[in-house]
Amino acid sequence: MTAAIVGVGATEFSRHAGRTELQLACEATCGALADAGLKAADVDGIVSYTVDPVEETELVRSVGFQEVAFSSRVPYGGGGSMGTLLHAAAAIDNGASTVVVAYRAIRARSGSSRFGAPKTAPSPTSGHSGTTAMQWCMPYGVLTPASWMALNATRYMHAYGVTSADFGRAVVQLRAYAEANPGAWGYRRPMTLEDHQSSRWIAEPCIRLLDCCQETDGSVALLITSRERAADLPNRPVVIGAAAMAGLFEQEIASDHYRPDLSVMEGSVALGRRLFDRSGYRRDEIDAAMIYDAFSPILLMQLEALGFCGLGEAKDFVADDNLALDGALPTNTNGGLIGEGYIHGLNLVLEAVRQLRGTAVNQVPDARQVLVTASRTGAILTLD
Amino acid sequence: MRGQNNSIYYLILVRQAPIVTDDSAVFGDAAAEGRLVAQRCGACGKLRHPPRPMCPQCHALEVEAVELSGRGTLYSYAVLHHPQHPAFEYPVLAALVDLDEGVRLVSNLVEVEPADVAIGMRVEATFVPTTGDRAVPVFRPAP
Repeated sequence: MTAAIVGVGATEFSRHAGRTELQLACEATCGALADAGLKAADVDGIVSYTVDPVEETELVRSVGFQEVAFSSRVPYGGGGSMGTLLHAAAAIDNGASTVVVAYRAIRARSGSSRFGAPKTAPSPTSGHSGTTAMQWCMPYGVLTPASWMALNATRYMHAYGVTSADFGRAVVQLRAYAEANPGAWGYRRPMTLEDHQSSRWIAEPCIRLLDCCQETDGSVALLITSRERAADLPNRPVVIGAAAMAGLFEQEIASDHYRPDLSVMEGSVALGRRLFDRSGYRRDEIDAAMIYDAFSPILLMQLEALGFCGLGEAKDFVADDNLALDGALPTNTNGGLIGEGYIHGLNLVLEAVRQLRGTAVNQVPDARQVLVTASRTGAILTLD
Repeated sequence: MRGQNNSIYYLILVRQAPIVTDDSAVFGDAAAEGRLVAQRCGACGKLRHPPRPMCPQCHALEVEAVELSGRGTLYSYAVLHHPQHPAFEYPVLAALVDLDEGVRLVSNLVEVEPADVAIGMRVEATFVPTTGDRAVPVFRPAP
């Protein structure tokens, strides 16, 4: 692909932003413009999630974009987060747009749609996410992303003999990263496996309180342009080497219960095929990975599905410290969505950019290729 | 949208009626009468759930509702502790049931203790009321 990330911006991540999602998106976008050395009038493309509450028109009139040539939204909730990179890169590749802003703004803690609260009606700010969970899960008290995903995670545990402590060992690593990250919820909050194992059940036998990401207020914005134009801008470009989506037959957003075998995240299997096997990038050359960890079980399941270890082997891959800085695949070095915060996945791209710029708190030495994935969307970001 | 919430019923532990759309009414309307149905393609005979207007196998629009045995196998489950909603008793036993006819439902297990739940156990359907004079299928251990 011919596109690169040239600027990133974010608000603080908090539990009470005290301002609207639109304002948060404006602040993050201006942060990205300043980082990139670009002006509002340079932006002619807009990409977000179908579930984002910020309307394009309002962002345009607030930040002062002058002429929008391209816009799109990615489905699949947070699983679509890295699809923003695919859409942006595709728009740059084919000339539809010259500078794209990709954004997500969320008040998942102080706003009206907390992900940990019981959801019994379609959210007014998630109109595009449809009614499927409301029809087929809500009448049974299956009211949250944790409860939706727990049904899959229990089957995964059953298939491969995985235990809660196996998930806990991954969380301990994420929280160790977060402990050192001043921008993280988990900054200076040490956590042990014993803490994890004694935290209360959310959905037994797979999700304890400490397996859950942090409901967070905040916004992240990314600016993407052509590699050619990137060469004239101040930051070292972070090239979108490959970007892909794999949304399979019968899949839903998170209430994803109708594929025959739920012990494998088959969308991520297909995604790995597209990102690696079709692109020429190699799994063993990835220097760090940012993998969507809304709940710890899906981190292990994605490690397997993406092909970094065999099916059922993620518990051993994690226990052998392969997610650590000196492991085979340093993963979610910001603390992940569990340790840093949950801007619906897009903050994982910020960390990938920091790794490639060499500015991460938990820096992987000489990182040159970083994977960012969210279940069924992903990208390989590089310095080449 | 039909089957809208009437929050006063929460006080007596009656669960909220499912949202029913024109595309899914076949399931919800049958359940309200205590019948468990799935759509079957009128052309190729493929069963499907959740309901949808077109057969994904042959694109036929002809469709019939067929009554299911209500018997199936527990594919997966979760014991839900948090968050708690006033319409339910906790912990809630959430279930994925693979019906013998070959479709899968999200539902609940009833008449069983959490410690006795095991993937692979045989279950059978029964119905519980919801607000709006409707009902939804749940499952109990099969004898």
